[in-house]
Amino acid sequence: MAKEMGQLNEEKVFKDPVHRYIHVRDELIWRLIGTREFQRLRRIRQLGTTYLTFHGAEHSRFSHSLGVYEITRRIIEVFHNRPHWNEEERMLVLSAALLHDIGHGPFSHSFEKVFGVDHEDYTRAILLGDTEVNEILRMQGSDFPKKVAEVIEKTYHDKLVVSMISSQIDADRMDYLLRDAYFTGVSYGNFDLERILRVMRPMEDGAVIKASGMHAVEDYIMSRYQMYWQVYFHPVTRSAEVILSKILHRAKDLYREGYAFKQDLTHFRSLFEGEITLEDYIKLDEGVMQYYFQVWMEEEDGILRDLCRRFLDRKLFKYSEMVAVSEVLKLSGYLEEAGIDPKYYLVVDSSSDLPYDFYRPGEKEERLPINLLKANGEIRELSRESDVVEAISGKRRTDHKLYYPADLIEKIDNSELKKKIKHILKKDETDLR
Amino acid sequence: MFDDHLKVITVIKEAGEVVGRKKLQKMIYIAKKLNFPFQEKYEFHFYGPYSEELTLRVEELCNLGYLLEKKEKVSGYSQYRYSLNEEGEGFLASYGTNIPKLGECIRTMNEQSSRFLELVSTILFFYHLPVEEVTDKIHTLKAKQKYTKEEIQEGYKFISQLEGCILQ
Repeated sequence: MAKEMGQLNEEKVFKDPVHRYIHVRDELIWRLIGTREFQRLRRIRQLGTTYLTFHGAEHSRFSHSLGVYEITRRIIEVFHNRPHWNEEERMLVLSAALLHDIGHGPFSHSFEKVFGVDHEDYTRAILLGDTEVNEILRMQGSDFPKKVAEVIEKTYHDKLVVSMISSQIDADRMDYLLRDAYFTGVSYGNFDLERILRVMRPMEDGAVIKASGMHAVEDYIMSRYQMYWQVYFHPVTRSAEVILSKILHRAKDLYREGYAFKQDLTHFRSLFEGEITLEDYIKLDEGVMQYYFQVWMEEEDGILRDLCRRFLDRKLFKYSEMVAVSEVLKLSGYLEEAGIDPKYYLVVDSSSDLPYDFYRPGEKEERLPINLLKANGEIRELSRESDVVEAISGKRRTDHKLYYPADLIEKIDNSELKKKIKHILKKDETDLR
Repeated sequence: MFDDHLKVITVIKEAGEVVGRKKLQKMIYIAKKLNFPFQEKYEFHFYGPYSEELTLRVEELCNLGYLLEKKEKVSGYSQYRYSLNEEGEGFLASYGTNIPKLGECIRTMNEQSSRFLELVSTILFFYHLPVEEVTDKIHTLKAKQKYTKEEIQEGYKFISQLEGCILQ
């Protein structure tokens, strides 16, 4: 029978720029941090290609995961001895907070799309498979790894536990907003975390916020709204993401065509074959990917070489507002005629965000609302009390853009063809660059 | 470039009209689980498998002028109806590709209620687990929906029916 781990003899602390200190008192958490699967998160950036827009955004999923753990630990302190909070769930929720991103791959947004993999599947595989993480979780109980997986997948029976990690106001979002704001250097993402933590109260279906803390929550919602449009959906970051995804597409297509790569594809072979093992997946990180991009800059294939150069030297695609689909298809034909392969050099990319929404029976986005606890014990949904939140509730904002290589278009010799392309892109001779 | 958009348009075309965002979400999730080539990423939300990407795709199609979205009030809440307009029909006719057996499955699903499709999609989410465990999950995670054992059995039967329809 497994022996549950206890407290460390001495508390361990990590210095952290967002929370000042991350406090670890439990042996289980300490040992999970030391696993190779968790250490791998040091080599995966939290914001993928955003560092090409905001140069400070080099922080990793490792520091974010510690941050989510720390916020969760502090929420538990607030919940301690209050009704609805079950102290027996403490280690479960702390472990889930720490491990919620454990399955993320390098540049996961593009990576998952191109190779048809899902980081949630790898989170599950790391928690339940033959890994160091699993070995340590099992010391807490044979079904403990499965319970952690259920909390992260949002299928655990205790909704309060799930909501602490995944809801419209959870430890994950609160950490990433503050951390991403800090590292990108923007001032939008800040809000009063201390105040929100002080006014959180446990209820059966999730945490609620004491009504006196409503303004701190309003600030949090607005921070989130600003961060999405100013940082996460920045068009330059999206351009880098588009190029990254085209590099992976091109390399995969070449592999399937039997192209002879100069460098052995050790780390990519199983991915290209569609048979990636957990061990292969764990070995992949952003350092490995960027090494291959360097090497591929020396390849014979002009498209792969050019795309890698664009990514590493930050010679990104330019963008225009989306035009009608018929025009995009015409544009695709013109580029092909000019010898620019539209499969790799023309992309429609869309972003969309819903800053806050609440569930309406039978319809809408299936999100649980943020509820306020009034002094008389009444529960009120946030947007019914806050005019600021009401103004943006349920309002989705979407942006569609067209990405293309302006420099290659500029070099087209056929002036008539170039004119037609520029006409669709609604660019005159001077503003394409 | 628009392959994933065309697949969603195909679903609406085959259905004729889909009433409810939830219903459309669950229909495409079920089709994906039956190995039809949908790329939208789904996560388990409090009310079953849900795809933010699909929500965005549908919105794009409305913005591009291919889908008609009609909002109506039904007993106090908003409901959305989706159908294809002339431009959507034209786009599909010019660039769409045939996905064998999809039409039949979509029409079969569209005849069901959104509540039932929510149950079926939840069963499929936990399909790797034994039936008893799936039943427990449904009773715990969807306690408010009060699904009966008979309904859950119906859900499994419906999945077999769809699988049979693909194999024919």
